[in-house]
Amino acid sequence: MDSAFIIEKSIFIVVIFAITMIMAMYSTWAERKVAAYLQDRVGPNRAGWGGLLQPLADGMKLFAKEEFEPNTKNKFLFFVGPAIAMSTALMTSAVIPWGDKLELFGRTVILQATDTDSALLYVFAVVSLGVYGIMIGGWASNNKFSLMGAVRAASQMVSYEVAMGLSIIALLMMTGSLSLKEISVQQAGMDWNVFYQPLGFFIFLICAFAETNRTPFDLAECESELIGGYHTEYSSMKMGFYLFAEYANMFISATIISVLYFGGYNYPGMSWAVENWGVNIGNVIGIFALFAKLCFFIFFFMWIRWTIPRFRYDQLMNLGWKILIPLSIVNIIITGICILAFK
Amino acid sequence: MSAILIIFYVLAAITLSTAFLTIYSKNPIHSAIYLVICFFSIAGHYLLFNAQFLAIVHIIVYSGAIMILFLFTIMLMNLNKEDEVHKPRITRLGAIVVFCVLSAVLITIFINSKTIVGDYDTTGEDFQSIKKLGKILLNEYMVPFEFASVLLLVAMIGTVLLSKKEKTNK
Repeated sequence: MDSAFIIEKSIFIVVIFAITMIMAMYSTWAERKVAAYLQDRVGPNRAGWGGLLQPLADGMKLFAKEEFEPNTKNKFLFFVGPAIAMSTALMTSAVIPWGDKLELFGRTVILQATDTDSALLYVFAVVSLGVYGIMIGGWASNNKFSLMGAVRAASQMVSYEVAMGLSIIALLMMTGSLSLKEISVQQAGMDWNVFYQPLGFFIFLICAFAETNRTPFDLAECESELIGGYHTEYSSMKMGFYLFAEYANMFISATIISVLYFGGYNYPGMSWAVENWGVNIGNVIGIFALFAKLCFFIFFFMWIRWTIPRFRYDQLMNLGWKILIPLSIVNIIITGICILAFK
Repeated sequence: MSAILIIFYVLAAITLSTAFLTIYSKNPIHSAIYLVICFFSIAGHYLLFNAQFLAIVHIIVYSGAIMILFLFTIMLMNLNKEDEVHKPRITRLGAIVVFCVLSAVLITIFINSKTIVGDYDTTGEDFQSIKKLGKILLNEYMVPFEFASVLLLVAMIGTVLLSKKEKTNK
């Protein structure tokens, strides 16, 4: 391993980290703007042009707030909760292929931090760890409402992980690989997986909503019943971390959806662009194509949030266990039959 | 000392210390959290063996599913010091004796065992790949694999059956 390789990867990882943070920051702004648009309001418009500096102002405000600590014996766990939530939200971006490759300074730079054989499983592992941040934080708060919120969040995430995994299995039967890079390469042109797996995509999308604790599945922080859910006792930047982790998660799951089902960095005519305009330009357009797709999905997350009301808890569990899991098993059977019939 | 050896010692220290802390900490939730860290360091050991798939599946199954349900149950049970079961003195004495005998047996086994790890053969095959693992599991070890899954299914159905309330006759 030469040092140039290590430097290249380190720079790449730092850039990805920065982009994730900036996207999470501006998602908060976008959420307010989308909410305002859907409710016929203006939204933030004082700080900077169109309120573009609003996220910075919010961050400043959160840093400047008084840090409140509840009367608990578990100070350390109280402190660790938001840190786990934030780091698991950021860890997933390591295996996502953001583009094909670039040629810089006579080197071929692959636009992916690491391409492991089991990338998709890694994503699942990190997603399942996200629960710890919420559970530990909620429990260490020493507050009944926080604990209720944490328990709700955990049981919801554990139950929707099952359906999510099953919907992915149908996709894997088609691609035959767990590497996200290879899944992207297979979808070159307009050969997107969503055309072959519409049902699987639908199930995955619903589960992504549940995993990120977004409306209509945000029972963990249901204001009318639980005050603020698991982060009731948190203030200042610790609370900011929880909120930030939610937006980072949303960004990552939008990216995973676009990589798995919507062709990743592929766009129609990509091979032509790479041939005629050079590798760099063709692939930079690819990166922008991926970002356009994932921005659409982030918008979709917000659109749903301000359109559909919250589920009741028993409805949520019924949907997860009695509808989505059987549906995804049916999807696996249909996919198996189709693979047998057409290949 | 090579980097891998250093990583091994660090991981081993974490594994052993968290395993002991799991037993020694008074608070059951702290025990569970130490156990989670212990599982993570074991996943690290798997990675040192180049067993990527095993490491990730270990994290998904143990840390991601089983321990979360564990934590869940402990949090709901609300265990207090007052509820702690006080064991009679004879049980404690018995436990100490059994521990001493068992550790004597284990230590003699470790002392008398010879290292039989010879030189490694390079087969040129990538044993990390999931494809290879899947083919071996579903061709060579098909029957035990299926039996294991049936066993899990039986356990699941049994739990549902046990926890289901019987209809009371009024």
